[in-house]
Amino acid sequence: MIETTAPKTAYVNARLLDPATGTDGKGDVLTVDGEIADVGALFDAGTPDDAIVIDCGGKCLAPGFVDMMASLGEPGREHKETIHTATRAAAVGGVTTIVASPDTRPIIDEIALVEFLERRAIETGDVRVLPAAALTKGLAGEEMTEFGLLSEAGAVMFTDGYRSITNAQVLRRALSYATSFGALISHHAELPELAGDGVMNDGETATRLGLSGIPAAAEVIMLERDLRIAELTGGRYHAASISTAESVDAMRRAKDKGLKVSCGVAPYHFALNDAEVGPYRTFTKVTPPLRSEMDRQAIVAGLSEGTIDVIASHHRPEDPEGKRLPFAQAAFGAVGLETMFVIGLELAHTGNIALLDLIARLSTRPAELLGLPQGRLAKGAPADLVVFDPDPPWRIDAGAFQSKSKNTPFDERPVQGRVLRTVVAGHTVYDAG
Amino acid sequence: MTSLAVTPFPHRHLLGIEDLSTGEINALLDLADSYVDLNRRPEKKLSRLRGRTQINLFFESSTRTKTSFELAGKRLGADVINMSVEGSAIKKGETLIDTAMTLNAMQPDLMVIRHAASGAAELLSQKVNGSVINAGDGSHAHPTQALLDALTIRRRVGHLQGLVVAICGDILHSRVARSNIQLLGKMGALVRVVAPPTLLPSEADRLGVEVHHDMATGLKNADIVMMLRLQLERMKGAFVPSIREYFRYYGLDREKLAHAKPDALIMHPGPMNRGVEIDTEVADDINRSVIREQVEMGVAVRMACLDALVHGELSAEVGEAE
Repeated sequence: MIETTAPKTAYVNARLLDPATGTDGKGDVLTVDGEIADVGALFDAGTPDDAIVIDCGGKCLAPGFVDMMASLGEPGREHKETIHTATRAAAVGGVTTIVASPDTRPIIDEIALVEFLERRAIETGDVRVLPAAALTKGLAGEEMTEFGLLSEAGAVMFTDGYRSITNAQVLRRALSYATSFGALISHHAELPELAGDGVMNDGETATRLGLSGIPAAAEVIMLERDLRIAELTGGRYHAASISTAESVDAMRRAKDKGLKVSCGVAPYHFALNDAEVGPYRTFTKVTPPLRSEMDRQAIVAGLSEGTIDVIASHHRPEDPEGKRLPFAQAAFGAVGLETMFVIGLELAHTGNIALLDLIARLSTRPAELLGLPQGRLAKGAPADLVVFDPDPPWRIDAGAFQSKSKNTPFDERPVQGRVLRTVVAGHTVYDAG
Repeated sequence: MTSLAVTPFPHRHLLGIEDLSTGEINALLDLADSYVDLNRRPEKKLSRLRGRTQINLFFESSTRTKTSFELAGKRLGADVINMSVEGSAIKKGETLIDTAMTLNAMQPDLMVIRHAASGAAELLSQKVNGSVINAGDGSHAHPTQALLDALTIRRRVGHLQGLVVAICGDILHSRVARSNIQLLGKMGALVRVVAPPTLLPSEADRLGVEVHHDMATGLKNADIVMMLRLQLERMKGAFVPSIREYFRYYGLDREKLAHAKPDALIMHPGPMNRGVEIDTEVADDINRSVIREQVEMGVAVRMACLDALVHGELSAEVGEAE
């Protein structure tokens, strides 16, 4: 439960990372009543007597991460995940705000369900959970939902989760209608007819394994269509998860045109390629599928140059029954809240992205797209913070996950960097000790 | 009106507003004004159209427009025949042109047509010898509605020049909106359209109107608030998500009306969806709502149009003549 009053706290001796101002340097942060009260070289002459003092020991302090896409299992699939377990996982991963995917049971397409989710999140969540509402009623891809009333109720975004809107007229009207409210439309760009019954990337590995493939074109055809509709309507379009080199090119061209479009990526798409499917490892079965090494490298480049705006966990818990199956029958999806940041750090360690830019993709930019005050170390912003050390080496251990589900493609992966402390509204919700 | 001037009306058909000059529009409204007085008398019959045959050809269901045209013709002494789709040859597969040619062979002087397809009146006008009046074609035009709206406003306010008129709702599908935009624009009013983007045609601003998506800004300081009907099948998710959301953001209620001028008039071409595009309290406000008056003006305006087409000129005197 997120507490409403927080003690005055001084975070001292930190390396402040704030992409919003381009800050990367030594400093302190003072939080009062759940908000950032001051930032800078505040306490060189001593800390205030009435504040709790947290010595960051020279480690990094950044705005907490804002995850634009996570399935929380609740309501309807509590055996896989609950808001409580997902937000515990988030806290460990430095995520302070989660946008909950609406593809629950029931589907979040009504005002009362948005309000239910908000209430459950306040009662049982350790970090902030903001509802995304369905883009179309029942995720059926036919009739748009009440963007105005749902926004007023608290929905921060509209999406059909991992379903694509095949009818271009429906997407056109939705994007057009959304402009009245400035609503953000997030879409899973994949042409279902072309994806067909594919279960992994179409290519050599699929051929060798005898698995049916999803061609990269299934993504870029849909994405190109979407971007043209975004141009036609002037709507705010976000491609939830791109995975191919051609998608990066398409996004770059659309942005050069000045369209109000953005895109996200899941960590597995910049960390893994389709060779990882190897001996039918169902934990690598995700949507869109892991792509070729060439695609992966293009995704890394896209993140580095900023064509890709956002890294989102695409946390999708599945129980063992969903994954202990022949590859073609196994469920799509991987958990990601606890590993998103450390996998992202790999890009910084390999010199592919500046640390400040990584924080921007994880926090500042998603907050900006969602219209949230989070994502910056600024006076008056919510005191949602993450303290981390980018260097210590360790191995990911799925068995130690807070998440109820352990379906990660990164189990036993050697990584570098750890979250030391996660703060939401001025309260420490995770302390590595 | 007591003007004795005679205005020539050199049009065979009345298909839209674009062919009419401001002088002709004023003269039509002057003549209609005199017919309003006539229509309020116990004895309403003139013989201006005696011996003429008028066929009302309605391919779309309509109560008020058909009745209005029928009364207009009869009050001027014409023989009026109503043809509706039910029981017509259209049901048996005849094309519009074949129907028109068949009826034309019976030598009607006036044909009033309502059709779901834009351009139907234009097509008919090319095939018949008499005059064609467009009583609504698809999403294209409804000139007599625009004229009756103008007459309603003129009688209440005294003029059209300089008025701020907000036309709100389903602009995309509305022939009423298109004709009103043309007429009011010609007469010097400032026209705004207010609708969600899904109910606006593309490049609506090219029609010479201000485009608004928000009732608060769209109605600001408006003299006239003209609401349009939203058909029920269009509010289940295709164009707008639901009735309640539409009413919340675009339905005319006291709160939204407060943005308009305190004496702003409320208009609606009917039939109204109460609780969808207009709140009952507002629709029935006797000080503000002129919705009933619009219906009354309809008969007078249509009399003026029939008269003008048959006689080729307009004189406000005629209403007083007999």
